[in-house]
Amino acid sequence: MNRLKIILILVLAGVLIAGCVSKPPAEVQPTVQPTATVQPTKAPSTLTLNGAGATFPYPLISKWSSEYNKIKPNVQINYQSVGSGAGIKQITEKTVDFGASDAPLSDKEYANVSGLLQIPESIGAVVVAYNLPGIQKGVKLSGDVVADIFLGKITKWNDPRIVSLNPGIQFPAKDIIVAHRSDGSGTTFVFTDYLSAVSPDWKSKAGKGKSVNWPVGLGGKGNEGVAGLLSQNPYAIGYIELAYAKLQNIPYAYIKNKAGKFIEPTLETTASAAAGAVSTLPAGDASWSSVSIVDAPGDNSYPIGSFTYLLVYKDQADKTKGKALAEYLWWVIHDGQQYSADLLYVPLPKEVVSLNEKTIKLMNYNGQPLI
Amino acid sequence: MDRPKLSFFSIRRSKLSGDFIFEAVVGLFALGVIVLAFLLFRELLIESQLSWNTFGMGFLTGSTWDPVSEIFGALPFIFGTLVSSFLALLIAVPFSIGIAIYLSELAPEKLRTPLSFIIELLAAVPSVIIGLWGIFILAPFIRDYLAPPLSTYLGFLPLFQGPMYGLSMLTGGVILAIMIIPITSSVSREVIMTVPLQQREAALALGATGWETTRIAVLPYARSGIFGAVILGFGRAIGETMAVTMVIGNSPRISESLFSPSYTMASVIANEFVEATSKLYISSLIEIGFLLLLISVIINIAARILVWKMFKVEGGGRA
Repeated sequence: MNRLKIILILVLAGVLIAGCVSKPPAEVQPTVQPTATVQPTKAPSTLTLNGAGATFPYPLISKWSSEYNKIKPNVQINYQSVGSGAGIKQITEKTVDFGASDAPLSDKEYANVSGLLQIPESIGAVVVAYNLPGIQKGVKLSGDVVADIFLGKITKWNDPRIVSLNPGIQFPAKDIIVAHRSDGSGTTFVFTDYLSAVSPDWKSKAGKGKSVNWPVGLGGKGNEGVAGLLSQNPYAIGYIELAYAKLQNIPYAYIKNKAGKFIEPTLETTASAAAGAVSTLPAGDASWSSVSIVDAPGDNSYPIGSFTYLLVYKDQADKTKGKALAEYLWWVIHDGQQYSADLLYVPLPKEVVSLNEKTIKLMNYNGQPLI
Repeated sequence: MDRPKLSFFSIRRSKLSGDFIFEAVVGLFALGVIVLAFLLFRELLIESQLSWNTFGMGFLTGSTWDPVSEIFGALPFIFGTLVSSFLALLIAVPFSIGIAIYLSELAPEKLRTPLSFIIELLAAVPSVIIGLWGIFILAPFIRDYLAPPLSTYLGFLPLFQGPMYGLSMLTGGVILAIMIIPITSSVSREVIMTVPLQQREAALALGATGWETTRIAVLPYARSGIFGAVILGFGRAIGETMAVTMVIGNSPRISESLFSPSYTMASVIANEFVEATSKLYISSLIEIGFLLLLISVIINIAARILVWKMFKVEGGGRA
């Protein structure tokens, strides 16, 4: 009797384990089937496009989804802001229809997955923010000074190199408290990309990445974490997204650009940096790993910014869905851009829009273009 | 196997009685948890293989964490986790035992239930809320009011040297202490309440004061149980992620000073996993997760053995 019970438990347990182990292949099937079942029903049913990726463009993509749904009620767009890394992973595994990333695919990632197009859909700027009691926004800093502050080489606010950039401002003889992001983020990528571009020393000691080995400083989680560090600690310096700094009224520095001018970060000056870099941009299906708009040429270019990208496959496996996706992307880079400025995102300059048009025209189903 | 054969269904000799199905289903639930724990271990082990092959033991002893050049060493995180949790225990245990003694021995009958309810409610505060409070209230308070006297009077110790910016190992320890007090105090209180009344009556009859009764008759009896409560708190402190991440400063460096920022294992996973793209990077983070699980399991096993030993030595107390 007891033996029978044990056998039954073991059998059930076996079923359970088998269920667990054989899940992955079983899960793959349902994700394949809907693409097959959507085709016969076509127009009357709603079509869902799933995306996943970076958190930075999430508010903008949500706005696009709801606006696009008003124009095309049968197209539903779902976007999960799970982070660039997870977004790249999901599009690589084809569990979503489009991905989003704050950084272009690295050479390794690009080699890993064939036929992925990179479409810049918006531009983000990062500001160097500070908490200096009695001093408003507009402290002037140059790239090498910012890099040396974050390397721990400049430790006092009244360092001659800071003072000489800012005649007329009385700096206190206080220690600089450095604040940085502790979580992996596109914001960190853009900022360290800039520091690597302007300081060879930074490039060899820390380099660029979504997380880096910070030589000094305190780490805060998210823009709000760094902003919290800034507000709690007088004489602190950190970096945050432009939109966040504007919304929270956090003072930020004007940064010296390649042309030698000190530029206030705004939507216009960031867009101008992107337009300045446009001649160096590759085709949409080439590798973008070396693309960067930091330290861009141009008198009016703010030097710390970056494209944020949508990732889609060139060869679409489903005609209806592929067409809907291509149409959506077309709308995003044209009509969709009008919603950017309100949400403090930088609209794409027209040079980038025409590059994107070419990229979207590459999307095809069995060799037939989708748009 | 040597059960009495007179149970209800063995008399009936029906192979599929309700009891039989019930026993099988419930047994399966119990087994499911074990299988789940096993699969969890297995998965972490498999996924961390790449990092293990690349760094070997160097992963445990390395103190550089550089995602750009892909050099990963977990020592600063292990250090941060253990030190912040011990610090939390150091602060929380006296408070918790005091609270437990007050609520079970001294507080007026009418106050006991509401007070212990309120303390347990503290455990229900989401950790992100505690973290926000930590950033805006506790960290500045420690920076402005606790750190200066510590460095003035105890500054000769390396523990209290260096500049203090609010976010530090000390702040992390205090936050963790606040978070584990509810669980250690409420479990301790329940343990103390199970001490038989006769113990107290006997001590009082011999002329012991209230304090002596608690010290001689109650606490020794409840000792192993209180120890178990402390370990439960330690387990919570080790795994706590959100609140600590918000106040500990997230800087992977080993420093003697409690005023320096630090980093915990749970925090680095929470911070960096989402945006980690390279295989080695992800694998290293998973290996940290594996180590975290291993440390909690070892501590729990050690605690069980200790409690069990105390139980044997004292012969009376029970966990």
